[in-house]
Amino acid sequence: MDDLERIFDDLRALVEDPTFPAVRRWLTENPQGKVVGSFQVFFPEEVAHAAGMLPIKIAGAGGTIQVRQADARIAAFVCSIVRSSLELALSGRLDFLSVMVVPNICDAARNACGVWVRSFPHMRVETLYHPHNAASAHAVDYLTGEYRRIGRILEEIGGRPITDEALRASIALFNENRRLLREVYRIKREAPWLLSAVESYLLVRSAGLMPREEHNALLRRVLELLPHRPTKKQDRIRVVFEGGFCEQPPLDMLAVIQNACYIVDDDLMIGLRWITDDVPTEGDLWRNLADSYLNRSSYSPVQRDPRKPKAEMLLRRIRESGAEAAIVAAAKMCEPGLEEQVHYSRALEAAGIPHLVMEFEETMTVFEQVGMEVETFAESLLFQFA
Amino acid sequence: MSAPTEEVLGTTRREGKRLMDLWWQEMTEAVQTGRPTAYVFAMGSMAELLRTFDFVLNFPEITSLQIAVRGQSQAYIQTAEDYGFSPDVCGYVKADVGLQLRQGEHPYGKVPRPSLVVTSNVCNTYIKWSEFWEHLYGCPVFVMDLPGWRGRDSADLNGETFRNDARYVLGQLRELIELCERITGRRFDLDRFREHLAEANRMAELYNAVCETNRHIPAPFNAVVEGVTYQGIAHLYRGSPQGSRYFQQVLQEMQERIRLGMAAVPDERFRLVLVGTTCYSHFRRFVELFASWGGVFVHSTYMVFAGGGFLPGFVYDLSRPLESFAERMVAAAYWGYTGSMFYQQDWLDEVVRRWHVDGICFHGVKSCRTVSTGLPDVREWMRVQRNVPGLFIQSDLVDPRLWSDAQVKNRVDAFFEALAAHKATTRR
Repeated sequence: MDDLERIFDDLRALVEDPTFPAVRRWLTENPQGKVVGSFQVFFPEEVAHAAGMLPIKIAGAGGTIQVRQADARIAAFVCSIVRSSLELALSGRLDFLSVMVVPNICDAARNACGVWVRSFPHMRVETLYHPHNAASAHAVDYLTGEYRRIGRILEEIGGRPITDEALRASIALFNENRRLLREVYRIKREAPWLLSAVESYLLVRSAGLMPREEHNALLRRVLELLPHRPTKKQDRIRVVFEGGFCEQPPLDMLAVIQNACYIVDDDLMIGLRWITDDVPTEGDLWRNLADSYLNRSSYSPVQRDPRKPKAEMLLRRIRESGAEAAIVAAAKMCEPGLEEQVHYSRALEAAGIPHLVMEFEETMTVFEQVGMEVETFAESLLFQFA
Repeated sequence: MSAPTEEVLGTTRREGKRLMDLWWQEMTEAVQTGRPTAYVFAMGSMAELLRTFDFVLNFPEITSLQIAVRGQSQAYIQTAEDYGFSPDVCGYVKADVGLQLRQGEHPYGKVPRPSLVVTSNVCNTYIKWSEFWEHLYGCPVFVMDLPGWRGRDSADLNGETFRNDARYVLGQLRELIELCERITGRRFDLDRFREHLAEANRMAELYNAVCETNRHIPAPFNAVVEGVTYQGIAHLYRGSPQGSRYFQQVLQEMQERIRLGMAAVPDERFRLVLVGTTCYSHFRRFVELFASWGGVFVHSTYMVFAGGGFLPGFVYDLSRPLESFAERMVAAAYWGYTGSMFYQQDWLDEVVRRWHVDGICFHGVKSCRTVSTGLPDVREWMRVQRNVPGLFIQSDLVDPRLWSDAQVKNRVDAFFEALAAHKATTRR
């Protein structure tokens, strides 16, 4: 087994371990440390980091745990990620959390925040209201105030002030992380045979599960090794995978897709890559974070920004990644994802771009059907392009 | 001198129907005349502001539920699903998509195309719904972003969080005004706006007074029957003299019913609160299942979040209309909308006490994750923390395929049997 394989095996073990081993290790090394969890999609983790806390991403449990208690607290027609994230907490697996932040991404998430508040009176549970009128001239001012509010909470709980110096250093650290992740995605686009969809996913997802300093070191090591990988280019169609902005498809589903296609770009865990350029480290740093969320950022069905029409953004993603087709997925019971799927499909149809529409659930365990659909789709395109 | 009894009783129903017909007439005429129409939503409609520009206001939630009450929603929903919408998407949205794809042909009239869409973020699905019209018609969509309840940080109306939110909303209001001016070619008339605010003040006070009448035993109205009409009129005529007049009449009628000892449900035995919404595709049946046990809904969270956010004390300061409008919208978003949907336990606690409630019905609907997601949890909280019995049932707002009569009836019957035993025990 070479170094890369060992790294990806370890990352898979980390991502599939619902006990959050890297967080527990950090707590052993920092016995007074506090952990801040944030639900999908985006949270300005720099703020928690600058408060001396460990920010982690709570993005469901996939199929790694059995949802029992959460089902008794949440209505039946709600997506899996909301219930499995709650189950992680109800079952004690998130007992290390001092703060949980739930951004206002959708109706289920905001409502679930109320469930967390009632269920965990010892934990500070907060809704973070990102602007839905992103084009408003007042959105940056508002969000700056909202980020400062979150900052005050973290200062109170962390017991130390967030100084400009600390925030500047944290922003620089996260800028570096995002830069390295952009590099991962450049390789995905330019030489997808060097890095499978599952591997690139593991690299992104693990960012939210360990201290970012460690993650940066890991990414540097991987990026150093990748160009020397002895894998060969194959005759596969190049696709964009869209629909992974919140609930995550099972790793085995991505594996089935990558057997037939190169996924050259995607929106998987987009929150960890939301900001697309460096956050400036001069001037009002809080404002820089707010401005970056709004004006140097990606897109998703859960943010309304008329300057970034989502269907057009998807077409751009396809164009810029040199993809020939798209897989437009949505998580089961995900209202925003399912609604966006309609517009995506119609836009792709109008643009003459072949696409496959599918639904998934993080707990799926059988992938024969997905495999057959993707293979048929890919083969038909290979013949067409030939 | 007060009106004779026979003139007062039944006013609510007659006048409510007349006002509803009038609204439909206005919408149908707008199709012919091309009068600018704004599509708006129940929570955060901005009606007071839009009326200043003489927009016809279309409330798609109301047109969708009316399709269901007429028993026609399945066909409309099917049209939307054929277009590409998933069975798991909100039925209101799909009934409306079906309506739009039928060129606005509705069982009650014709719906004009939007000149403008104003949506709040109180329900995120509002935004996705608006984007459908944006794609279909290319119309302008304005999202009036109303940050919601954030626990202790929102509790202080002089605090930094409230002030930050109110500044944001005020800024957006000014942007919305500019957009309305561009669309209609009219200048914003502050005095006219102030008049609409004054009417909304009157309506809010009367709306709350009407809700208070139901504290009487027996309750003079059923919050899930008459209450739904009140909600509808409160939206359609918010900020207009007809709206205030209507609620004056309703209040008068309720007071008369109380004086005469008239009950919304004959032989009232159980006083209930509805948390969530009703089921419009089986509207009568839903109520009948409870009324047949002598159960009356004396209040509902529906009358709060879908009643315009008119919580007690709701009043605009007419000396600073825009600023006050912004502040009231934020306060409504905190308590009237997000508070009553996501953190309703404190409100329920108070209503159970003051409205003499025996039990709570939590009705989860697949269409609306906004109101339904955490209902089982609140039910459990009220049972464990407050010893208030609760029933949790699930169906839908408008999709008749999701109504299972036998299952709902079994649960309702079992609930009443348990409720009778609980009542007997607590009385002892």
